[in-house]
This record gives sequence, C-alpha cells and structure tokens, in this order.
Amino acid sequence: MEALARIAKVAAAAGASAADAKNNAAAGSAGFAYGLAAIGPGIGIGLIFGSAIESMARQPESAGMVRTTMFLGIAFTEALALIGFVVFILLKYA
Amino acid sequence: MNQVDSISILAMRDTGPAPEAAITRDLVKHGLIAAPVLIGGSAAIWGTNGALSCGYGIVIVLANFTIAALLVTRAARISYALMMAATLFGYIFRLALVSAAIFFVRNLSWVELLPLGLTIIISHIGLLFWELRYVSLTLAFPGLKPKLKNSQSTFSTQDESTV
Repeated sequence: MEALARIAKVAAAAGASAADAKNNAAAGSAGFAYGLAAIGPGIGIGLIFGSAIESMARQPESAGMVRTTMFLGIAFTEALALIGFVVFILLKYA
Repeated sequence: MNQVDSISILAMRDTGPAPEAAITRDLVKHGLIAAPVLIGGSAAIWGTNGALSCGYGIVIVLANFTIAALLVTRAARISYALMMAATLFGYIFRLALVSAAIFFVRNLSWVELLPLGLTIIISHIGLLFWELRYVSLTLAFPGLKPKLKNSQSTFSTQDESTV
C-alpha cells in the first residue's frame, strides 16, 4: 500500500492530473497482483512435482497413476495464476 | 553397491503410454462439447464480439492443455529430470504464451476482455473438474479403467536400455 501511495504522490508532484495518478496506481496494483498470483502456483507446482518424483522413485510401477494425478494437480494449481492474470487484464485494460 | 543403489532418478525415464496425452484428449473432447454452450451464452450476453472472444478463450485454454501435455510427454521419454525442467519452466513458458495471446489481440475490434477472461477461467477450471470426476472414478475403481493395447508395465531406466 505504501508503494502505491508513493507512486500516486510522485505522479501528483509531476503535475499529472488526479485521473492519471489513479490510472498509475491501478496499473501498479494490477502488476503487483499478477506477480503475487504467479509466485504461489510456481511454489505449488514445484511441491507437486517433487512429491511425484519421490513417489515414482519409490514405486516405479505406479508411475502412470502418479503422472495422471500430477498433471491434473499442476493444471489446477496453474488455474490460480490464470485467475491472477485475468484480474490483471481486467483491471488494466477493461 | 547393488543395482538398485546405482539407478539415479536423473537416469530414469518412462517409455510407456503417456497418461497426459490421454487426459488432454479427453479435455479437448469435453471442451469441444462445452464450447457451443459457452459461446451461445456469451453471444446472448455480449453479442457477436462476446461469442468470438469466448471462442478465442476456449482455443487458448485447449492449446494450453495440449502444449503442457506435449512438453511433459516428450520430456518423460527422455528422462524424469528433463520432465521436471519441462514442468517448471513450461509453466512460465505457457503463462507467457497465454499473456502474449491476449496482449496481441486486446485492441482488436472484436475482442471483449470480460467474456474472454471469464471464459479462460471458467473453461479451464470446469474442464479440469469434468476430467477429475473420471480420473477419481478410475482411481477408486481400477476395474473401470479402459484397457490400453500396451497396458503392461513399460517403465525403464536408461541403465537398462543401454545394456
């Protein structure tokens, strides 16, 4: 929030109009939200794949089942990033 | 050191049938079934532009699933280490592709961002839940799983393949 306020102050000091300052703050917060939304799924995918590799190493005969659930888990985790991206697009351009 | 100790996870690979390809085929099939409903709904709410944007969103989602399956399947045939790299970097790569696919068309006259965004979220999650029902059922009751032609265990390591 402080960063957003600082962005807004800098824009106002530069003589920008209130509407410009608001647009700048919206763009900054949208990019911030997108970045945050991409971090969580990245960690989640790493955890999923780490567990899947461990399972396949312990029980190679179950690799097919593990890969099935791994693929679906990754796709579900990735949905979080997609939601963040769509929110970013809508905040920034809609 | 016995043989089990000498097998590294970096040398392991899977040459059997790829479950990701089967899942993606199902997802695409379900997506094509759901597409007319989603496009019709968008057309009713946002008009022709909404229908076109909705169709474009469905194409993005299905292409995303297909690229993910291709990357994982191809990498798993080489080694699990490469599969790990394909999964983790593929996530970033596909996110960039989806971003580019939207950024390049966002100013076109037929693009409505709201139906496009909603379609991406709804179809992505909806198709996964649709597929999850089937996968959960076959995990709980393996007898219901369709038989593949080469259904025997085809797991191998590079150590074995070089013998």
